[in-house]
Amino acid sequence: MKRLVDLQALAGPALLVVVAALLGTTVSVSTQGYFTDTLVKVAIVVALYVFVGNSGVLSFGHISFVAIGAWTAGVLSVPAAEKPAIMPNLAHFLRDRTTGNLSSLVLAGLVAGVCALIVALPLMRLSGLAAGIATFAVLEITHNLLRYEEKIGPGLNTFSSVPETTGLRQAALGALFVVVVAFAYGRSRYGRLLRATREDDAAARAVGASVYRQRLIAFAISGALAGLAGGLYVHLLPLNTESLYLDLTFITLAMLVVGGATSLWGAVVGALAVSALDSYLSLAENGTSFFFWHIDLPAGTRVIVVGALMAIVLILRPAGLTGGREFKLWPR
Amino acid sequence: MILAVLNIDWQTLADATALGAIYALMAVGIGLVFGVLRLVNFAYGQLVMAGAFALAMASQWDWPVWAAIVLCFAVVLVLSFLMDRLVFRPLRGHSPAVMLVATFAVAFLLQNVALLWFGPLGKIATSLAYLNRPWTISTVDIRKITVVAVVVAALCLLLLHQLLERTEIGLHMRASSMDFQTARLLGVRANRVIGVAVLLSGALAAVVAVMLTVETPLVTPDFALRDTIVVLAGVVVGGMNRPVPATLGGFAIGFASGLLGGALPTNESQYLDSFVFAAVIIVLLVRPGGLFTRARTVERV
Repeated sequence: MKRLVDLQALAGPALLVVVAALLGTTVSVSTQGYFTDTLVKVAIVVALYVFVGNSGVLSFGHISFVAIGAWTAGVLSVPAAEKPAIMPNLAHFLRDRTTGNLSSLVLAGLVAGVCALIVALPLMRLSGLAAGIATFAVLEITHNLLRYEEKIGPGLNTFSSVPETTGLRQAALGALFVVVVAFAYGRSRYGRLLRATREDDAAARAVGASVYRQRLIAFAISGALAGLAGGLYVHLLPLNTESLYLDLTFITLAMLVVGGATSLWGAVVGALAVSALDSYLSLAENGTSFFFWHIDLPAGTRVIVVGALMAIVLILRPAGLTGGREFKLWPR
Repeated sequence: MILAVLNIDWQTLADATALGAIYALMAVGIGLVFGVLRLVNFAYGQLVMAGAFALAMASQWDWPVWAAIVLCFAVVLVLSFLMDRLVFRPLRGHSPAVMLVATFAVAFLLQNVALLWFGPLGKIATSLAYLNRPWTISTVDIRKITVVAVVVAALCLLLLHQLLERTEIGLHMRASSMDFQTARLLGVRANRVIGVAVLLSGALAAVVAVMLTVETPLVTPDFALRDTIVVLAGVVVGGMNRPVPATLGGFAIGFASGLLGGALPTNESQYLDSFVFAAVIIVLLVRPGGLFTRARTVERV
């Protein structure tokens, strides 16, 4: 029975993802794109949660792992015949190889995970503001390198010709996978130790937890999940370096904090709530009707409303919409 | 000699110094607010952007230079006052993550308001353009703005130093940034100190706006966004808790990126950001408390 009650924390977020995906099947094909995009965002935010939520250290660098995953999956799955057109300066060992959809996603996760581990080895010695700025520096460096290094990708160009295999089903399965891994990690010995260091650093050290090692593990796992999400993203729409930079960093962090950074439930709720608002407003910019009113907003109001609402939520409910607690149907 | 080896001429050196001076002012502006509020104001660059748009509009309406500068100060000060009242004050004492993300939201908001209002192409601020003309000293051309920037920055820093050291409100501000709780117990009025710090940092943003629009007259909605990120890194590298290390950090990163930008060959200068931020990571690893701080500081964030 206790086991079952514990599984609520997984069932809530997973159910929400499934419901969002099912809702997506009921709408027109053009609106379905918003649902698919939302599910990929859920995957990114949950990946971010694995590190930020459990450790309490802000990371601005996770979008670099999303970008690395997107680049890996993208470069590997563009058909060999079209590679010279988009990426004329590609390195030889990448030029002739093409992989399928699933293996490109797996590789995206692996490559991003390894990169995250390498980055974390020195970085996890830092904490607080220094750690935040250092992860920001990682984002800047990754963005700069991917932008100008044409041996490993399209550089300034947009990643066109990647097979668009991320439909609603693949996005939902990917998001579910990320949620399950995040849940399993949170239940594991490592997740618990890391949360202990978040709550009380000194006490956690006193019972033998190594802050450095726990953060390292979390950073690598969350980097790998972010890479997988990046792989899903590049199979969804043509990306370039600008779409994987400050705006995405901001919106995903905001989703996490608005939902409630310290719980998986909060990550999923925040991602879905902000995405829903964002998608609805961008529909409204093209003209839509809300019950009986016809709404037609000027272009650009979307981001302003989203930004203002996020500031308001943070001021009124600093612990996030869920208060940072896990999902519970009935209190124990 | 060393300059010749590194392929740096006097002009690059002068430009780097001017950039360092401007960044130093931004660093003080960010550091002042951080000192009393423990809040990293990511929206600082958007204050500069707003001031720059004020200057651009003023030059479009053919206002005289003094009126343009007055308008710039007015816009930036009103905006910082509103930011303090509407965002900083309700969030005071919350976790740093929440405050930082909230300033992120404000930055995003202001940038998009500007985008909606002025369009993505931006406006051009021309009223002070004559400062871009050079003075020629022997064989070296030095733009007037480099001298003006260094002099103005030095003056501002001197005034600020006097204010912090010689006046009562300055004493209160220094006490608050040491230990806000204790300072309040001893009778320092929190709202007043924070209000003054925010307005001072706003005034510095206006000064920065005036000088940056001379350097880059095209004002777009993402004006000063890059600079803010670089300065934030510089402030943390220098040492966030104290004004002097923060200023030095800002100057250092501006000077270093100016020098590197001038010294690197063109095909490598596109990787300038990577070099600068790699240096930031290395410094943070070696001295996490700050490059220019003496004792090990206790991490509070």
